Amino acid sequence: MADLTTKFLGISSPNPFWLASAPPTDKAYNVNRAFEAGWGGAVWKTLGEDPHIVNVSGPRYSALHSNERRVIGFNNIELITDRPLQTNLDEMRQIKKDWPDRALVASVMLPMNEQTWARYLPMIEETGVDGFELNFGCPHGMSERGMGAAVGQVPEYIQMATEWAKKAASVPVIVKLTPNVTSILPPAKAALDGGADAVSLINTINSIMRVDYDSLTMYPTTDGMGTHGGYCGEAVKPIALNMVAEIARTKDTESIPISGIGGITDWRDAVDFLALGASNVQVCTAAMVYGFKIIDDLVDGLNNFLDDKKLTLEELVGKAVPSVTDWQYLNLNYVEKAVIDQDLCIQCGRCHVVCEDTSHQAITNTVNGQRHFEVIDAECVGCNLCVSVCPVEGCISMQHLTEGNDPRTGKPISPEKADWTTHPNNPMRKTD
Amino acid sequence: MSSAEHKPDIRSHRLDKDEVARNFDDLHPPLTRSEALIEADRCYFCYEAPCTTACPTGIDIPGFIQKIRSDNLRGSAHTILKENIMGGMCARVCPTEVLCEEACVRNSHEEKPVEIGLLQRYATDPIFDQQTPLFSRAPATSKKVAVIGGGPAGLSCAHRLATLGHDVVVFNRDNKPGGLNEYGIAAYKAIDDFAQREAQYILSIGGIELRNGETLGRDFTLTHLRESYDAVFIGIGLGSTNKLGLDDESLPGIEDAIDYIAELRQADDPGMLPVGRRVIVIGGGMTAVDIAVQSKRLGAEFVDLVYRRGPEQMGASLYEQNLAQTNGVTVHHWARPVELIGEDHITEVRFERTGFDDSGRLVSRAEYFTLAADVVFKAIGQILDVGVLGADIAGLEFRHDRIVVNEAGRTALRDVWAGGDCVSGGDDLTVTAVQQGKVAAIDIDRRLRKE
Repeated sequence: MADLTTKFLGISSPNPFWLASAPPTDKAYNVNRAFEAGWGGAVWKTLGEDPHIVNVSGPRYSALHSNERRVIGFNNIELITDRPLQTNLDEMRQIKKDWPDRALVASVMLPMNEQTWARYLPMIEETGVDGFELNFGCPHGMSERGMGAAVGQVPEYIQMATEWAKKAASVPVIVKLTPNVTSILPPAKAALDGGADAVSLINTINSIMRVDYDSLTMYPTTDGMGTHGGYCGEAVKPIALNMVAEIARTKDTESIPISGIGGITDWRDAVDFLALGASNVQVCTAAMVYGFKIIDDLVDGLNNFLDDKKLTLEELVGKAVPSVTDWQYLNLNYVEKAVIDQDLCIQCGRCHVVCEDTSHQAITNTVNGQRHFEVIDAECVGCNLCVSVCPVEGCISMQHLTEGNDPRTGKPISPEKADWTTHPNNPMRKTD
Repeated sequence: MSSAEHKPDIRSHRLDKDEVARNFDDLHPPLTRSEALIEADRCYFCYEAPCTTACPTGIDIPGFIQKIRSDNLRGSAHTILKENIMGGMCARVCPTEVLCEEACVRNSHEEKPVEIGLLQRYATDPIFDQQTPLFSRAPATSKKVAVIGGGPAGLSCAHRLATLGHDVVVFNRDNKPGGLNEYGIAAYKAIDDFAQREAQYILSIGGIELRNGETLGRDFTLTHLRESYDAVFIGIGLGSTNKLGLDDESLPGIEDAIDYIAELRQADDPGMLPVGRRVIVIGGGMTAVDIAVQSKRLGAEFVDLVYRRGPEQMGASLYEQNLAQTNGVTVHHWARPVELIGEDHITEVRFERTGFDDSGRLVSRAEYFTLAADVVFKAIGQILDVGVLGADIAGLEFRHDRIVVNEAGRTALRDVWAGGDCVSGGDDLTVTAVQQGKVAAIDIDRRLRKE
């Protein structure tokens, strides 16, 4: 079995799976259950100033469901901890004592003045926590009060608060970023410049889930009124992966360790984040949807995967980062064509109709009067739409053309790489 | 035991009332909302879907399933009923395993098609429960069409004609509309008076006058209708039953299955019907299975279904054959009756074993066996009693004793169309009758608008 022991910023945990700062880490009861189930660490639900904030006593969550009521996306309007600070600190101290091998990180959200940070952080660190995570990410509620995403959207504020935190803390400081920005790079750079030891991302995305079809109000509401929440769950993973990869592949930010967050539900999602540059991962929604037991598959699945691939966890981290680039560097001489495996084809015709209606008219529906779906190479641009919609995995695959002419363009297949930067149609092309 | 000593054991109330009620409850309970949503999610939304092609009425099946997924049940029902106004009954009685569900692409790799029949019922049940109007009539054309027969073909034809703006009179032999839906289908397939609720829904479109108890050849003639109406549609089904062609076929205890099923369907309490302890059913179609299973469910101790050919040749679908067996019916293939034995009541039937010869003809294998019987049901098919057509027989064409029509339902008489079981080339399915009624109505409309 692969060794999943992780040292993230020197913080040790038996596996790279931490529970993210969120309702599952609100109090000792939950965290004890999580650690009993096998979670590697927990980022305690965000602490704030005393007196503590209050939460609504109505719907805090809502979900985007599939027809079989699988939760695909999830929305919340819960704020940070609504318990007295001392209660949290007492419980954190006890947890760290009871579970010395697990990572325990304190998430904090404080107003933008240095004295407050200087006052609270040592008090929290005294519980024995392994590090801090600065919540510059929550997009709802607290952002109206100038905290959370309101900080995370202004790189100068990120840097300023990170500097205050680094000054007040002796344990590592992770900056949690909001995805509600145009580019994730300036916030990541600001964290780095402020002295952050790592970034974690993504926090949730501004969202309204839907309308109530009877009342024609937004859904859900608190006494008839609603507010935007933060969106998370499986549906946000691709957004998170892009942001993680951007930080990992960009010169200015590549040096900062990343804790990956966003829709991780099974071990494959964790592989995505790790391979794209995260050194560990945090999970919330999947636990809130299925309970803590999902850790079994996360650990077991990652273990088996690493064994199969003969990789260590460290070797997996960042493995896919070199494959991420800008569009302009993609090889325009590379040609693929879709190929339909007729033995696997179930004759649903989905590939045909989507290609016919919305793409390149490159798949037949009949051949010699018989229902038959076959790629027309002279029309196929290799777009992968048919592969994406085919209900049978492996039935349609993309085949790389290595010789002869592309039947679509009539041009010879060139082994040379050529990208947009040198393409004759590019008015800004590079010339020798 | 000699036949003379045999006293027929035929009596009602073999089972207690609750057991009969359970036995005649819904064969397939309807899907719940969550079951329907999960099942609907299994539909791949195929292009030019094979299920739609396989449906005799051409229902856009992926289309209606998509509307189930989005909770647009009224839209879903409309998608179904605009092609098949009896989509509710067909959802219950269609042999889906040889129609839409056989064509489902999910059979290719997992052998479990989407449950199209149950989804169709899920979408349409609320419409018939609440009698929600989904159709309206085109402006009146002042044309009048006579429809003979109030079964699936006649009602389907009448409904389509009414929506197209014509006035229709339906001449129905029975006391209630619905034809075989009302009188000829096993009770557990259409519980809660569904056939009547469906007929009521069809008639509620307006412009259809239903005349019950009026029989062609007795109360009126085809010639008369042709003089008084702009067009005539014949959907009279098959009025008579086939005979075994054996001596003593009129012995008490030998009955037509179709008559008993009709009686059963009209009974308030099926338990009141007398049932034999030993029942023999002769035949291999849906009616044979219906009578065999229902006899069993009324408490018959032994039910033997005897069919002269093999399981592949049976008119009853594989699903129906399995239903018979799981209900405790003993199915005998490759045997046909040769002698009906009994003094003043049937007591035994002697069968000979059969097989195909080299040229595929059914022949005797000269082996014999005898089964005891209190009741024998004949379910060996129905025939058209052409005599009811009167003087106009001369102008009509017949093939295998059924009326010949073209693909638009036209007969050889310019103003007469026909459909359903009485026409040649059909498969005796409700869904086919509905389609033929619909197609004829469209053609009648085209003709009447030209005139």
